[in-house]
Amino acid sequence: MTLSLPPKLAEIRDDFEALTGNDRIQLLLEFALELPELPQRYQDHPELFERVEECQSPVYIFVEIDPEAHVQVFATAPEQAPTTRGFASILASGLSGLSPEDVLEVSDDFPSSLGLAALISPLRLRGMSGMLRRIKRQVVEKSTR
Amino acid sequence: MSVALDNNEKFSEYAHPEVLVSTEWLEAHLDTPGLVVLESDEDVLLYEIGHIPGAHKIDWHTDLNDPVIRDYIDGTRLSRLFSERGITPESTIVLYGDKSNWWATYALWVIKLFGHADARILDGGRDKWIAEGRALTTERPKPAATKYPVLQRDDLTIRAFKEDVVGHLGKAMIDVRSPEEYSGERTHMPAYPEEGALRGGHIPGAASVPWARAVNEDGTYKTRKGLEDLYLEGAGLVPGEDVIAYCRIGERSSHSWFALKYLLGFESVRNYDGSWTEWGSAVRVPIAVGTEPGNI
Repeated sequence: MTLSLPPKLAEIRDDFEALTGNDRIQLLLEFALELPELPQRYQDHPELFERVEECQSPVYIFVEIDPEAHVQVFATAPEQAPTTRGFASILASGLSGLSPEDVLEVSDDFPSSLGLAALISPLRLRGMSGMLRRIKRQVVEKSTR
Repeated sequence: MSVALDNNEKFSEYAHPEVLVSTEWLEAHLDTPGLVVLESDEDVLLYEIGHIPGAHKIDWHTDLNDPVIRDYIDGTRLSRLFSERGITPESTIVLYGDKSNWWATYALWVIKLFGHADARILDGGRDKWIAEGRALTTERPKPAATKYPVLQRDDLTIRAFKEDVVGHLGKAMIDVRSPEEYSGERTHMPAYPEEGALRGGHIPGAASVPWARAVNEDGTYKTRKGLEDLYLEGAGLVPGEDVIAYCRIGERSSHSWFALKYLLGFESVRNYDGSWTEWGSAVRVPIAVGTEPGNI
């Protein structure tokens, strides 16, 4: 059954689905390389960021709800942790701009819908689920303030 | 024709100095005919963002494991894997990777199941090479394909199955996981997600020797003396005795297996690749909890 997803995430899922084998890895690499730098206002505030303990590599995420009530997801991870960067980049680009309600409705199965399980050990994919859960929790905390 | 050895002074003290090369040696020998460099990482994208010039990728998950049953590839698939990478039975293979070479030693162990003669580890692995500012490339090598023979996998000499471990209870065994995994506080590595073992603890009688104690800060193996202090003085292993090493899925214990087998020269060391993800979920096998090895 195909998951119902917000348009940007659905597009990412379809892009992965359309590829096979090593091309999927290449697409993940593109996401890893495109993870945006943190905006200046957050670069000096590591304390705002939450460590994603489910990932072996040190990856930190931070959710902001902007004045128009759109979710913005920021993430930072070391260059030598490209898979983790790729996961963070997929979520940051796929979730940013959505309403808090839409983010909370994203299925927890999204990471496993990308067809990466055969290419990346299940262990790694769970890191992405950990990121998604933490993003949702921050959205809840920050939208009820 | 195998490539000249690295006459590094530290290596000369090991039982088998021929199984390690230094970053200096590798840089100087990169273009030597007969040398094939393989990168084996935990992070599947690391090779893509930059690797040692001429190195091929070998993925522990997709290249070395059978896609369906929990086992390794067979001789036919190894033959294909090696032929595509231009490897012959005479090739000198140098492996390196992330995480102080966990996955490089794991790949070496799998390769040794098939008996490839000359396989070596880059001491310090990927991180040391990068820390020293040595060259990286994103270009993939395109070797002329070879015809690597189809070899029989030997599952008896360096591999242990659960039944072997049951038969080995009471003899020398090391558990190379973290102290928290050993005691049973947790069934997975710190900062790693839960990974499918139903019970926590360790195999009764196994000594706790976390893998990382075998390496220096730069990821290189400790000196022979340092390793003897760890495994002989510390864990009470006696040279010459049969040893089984295990961890969670057999990757960290490959790193310790390598140290025992080649650097200290234990003749009979087996890696139990089922490790805790099998033992910790198996019905009615004995388990000890706490910090002591425990009784059988």
